[in-house]
Amino acid sequence: MTIVKASMAGTVWKILVTEGEQVEANQDVVILESMKMEIPIAAEEAGTVKRIIAAEGDFINVDDDLLEIE
Amino acid sequence: MTKLTADNNHQAIKDAILKGGHEKYHEKNKEQGKLFVRERLELLFDEGLQSEDGTFANVLADGLPADGVVTGIGKIHGRTVCVMANDSTVKAGSWGKRTVEKIIRIQETAEKLGVPLFYLVDSAGARITDQLEMFPGRRGAGRIFYNQVKLSGRIPQICLLFGPSAAGGAYIPAFCDVVVMVEGNASMYLGSPRMAEMVIGEKVDLETMGGAKMHCSVSGCGDVLAKSEEEAIAYARQYISYFPDNFKNKPKLEEPKLPASFEKSIEEIIPANQNAAFNMHDLINRIIDEGSFCEVKKLFAAEIITGFARINGQSVGIIANQPRVKGGVLFHDSADKAAKFISLCDAFHIPLIFLADVPGFMIGTQVEKMGIIRHGAKMIFAMSEATVPKITVIVRKAYGAGLYAMAGPAFEPDVCIALNGAQIAVMGPEAAVNAVYANKIAALPKEEQAAFIEQQREEYRKEIDVYRLASELIIDDVIEPNELRKTLELRLDAYKSKELKFTERKHGVSPV
Repeated sequence: MTIVKASMAGTVWKILVTEGEQVEANQDVVILESMKMEIPIAAEEAGTVKRIIAAEGDFINVDDDLLEIE
Repeated sequence: MTKLTADNNHQAIKDAILKGGHEKYHEKNKEQGKLFVRERLELLFDEGLQSEDGTFANVLADGLPADGVVTGIGKIHGRTVCVMANDSTVKAGSWGKRTVEKIIRIQETAEKLGVPLFYLVDSAGARITDQLEMFPGRRGAGRIFYNQVKLSGRIPQICLLFGPSAAGGAYIPAFCDVVVMVEGNASMYLGSPRMAEMVIGEKVDLETMGGAKMHCSVSGCGDVLAKSEEEAIAYARQYISYFPDNFKNKPKLEEPKLPASFEKSIEEIIPANQNAAFNMHDLINRIIDEGSFCEVKKLFAAEIITGFARINGQSVGIIANQPRVKGGVLFHDSADKAAKFISLCDAFHIPLIFLADVPGFMIGTQVEKMGIIRHGAKMIFAMSEATVPKITVIVRKAYGAGLYAMAGPAFEPDVCIALNGAQIAVMGPEAAVNAVYANKIAALPKEEQAAFIEQQREEYRKEIDVYRLASELIIDDVIEPNELRKTLELRLDAYKSKELKFTERKHGVSPV
């Protein structure tokens, strides 16, 4: 199990996956919006999205949990 | 060894020394995937160690061949370089009096010859039993670090870390220009996990506290993470090819090569939307000689890319924002990374190419607490002081102090070029309209707000349009993205004779 975390502070703009979905390593799973930029966040490992923790529109800080991959 | 010296059998004595420590330590090395120190030197040099000094150091003692360090001279790509290399089969590569003296002497030799010095480190640190002789005195271990500081910027100093570099020994890598660490074996720490548990009560393993991966991705004390010793040595051989022997010379020109060919052109890979991410490596690969990129600190602060490359055979240092990671925003670590790289290139006459696509420095409580202003100042300081040819390219945008840190027009770049469509401003249109008209927008009826915002943003875009900036001579040239490689070739050629002293003084006071 790995937790995908925010690389920087910002707002969750788009969640690109749904619970139960298969993802590849290095696949973008969330896009944050910070400093007026789109910040793609990729999964480090392949697996199944077990739980989506953050919601679109949430303010998140660096290292906050976004979703869980199993 | 003592018996051999009593018999005065020279060849037998020498053979015994060249074998290093006891067989069981060689076995242990193999189990860990480590090479014997003399095998490492075979790989590092074109044709092995050419001449060795102090082979017989401590020969009268038992079990201390060469006193645990090999020092000498060899050739890399036909160029003379000096080396010191710990022998981990001899008392775990620890330092005694003669070990330290040998290291100091090879530093003095490298200085006299004006050639690069390689430190192949694999050492448990000081031999506590010998501390009075090797630790505190004028030619004790402290002198090694003093010499490193003195040699810094005079000759390239390269550290290959194959095993531990513990306590004081950890400062050898710290003072080198670049540190290559072998994953799984290399480590750096001031106090071992055992000491950490005893003294501060922390329970931690070595890899977590001071392992290669941690140092190359989190602390920034390591620059390159290698999978094996062979890979580390191959990197070092490539790395030195971008450098001259010393600060008095310029890097050698290599055979020019065209960039690798790709299906998509530069114009096609850069998204029109200023806020969308793209991979800056795709741009770099399209402007440099094929296969010439040698990245430094790839895993650390990846929002900025630093690395050596060649353009038309000429060595260059590239500093590029990476929109793919953290939007290419500058953080404390990215500024720190860029500052050291700029200073390294400047010391050895390697021209700098800045590829700016930067929304600015990160804001917020967390980064203010990390001292982002201080670290940002460090980057601007190093970049200002650099007197090598500086070529600035605004790829898509340069906002706020990001423009300054990426060698904007006020910082004496030899040229500031914008790719067609690029923007330069205090901030981007979205932020600017919000900052200027926040109250006015709030006062408008809801249904009129969107139209008003879009109209103001459009006005603002006109204000920061690239031709407006070129018309005011803020930027020196506007080019089509696909002309970038050719432009860089011609500019680098034009600035070859640049010779400049930054200013007259003892030295500046760097924000550190």
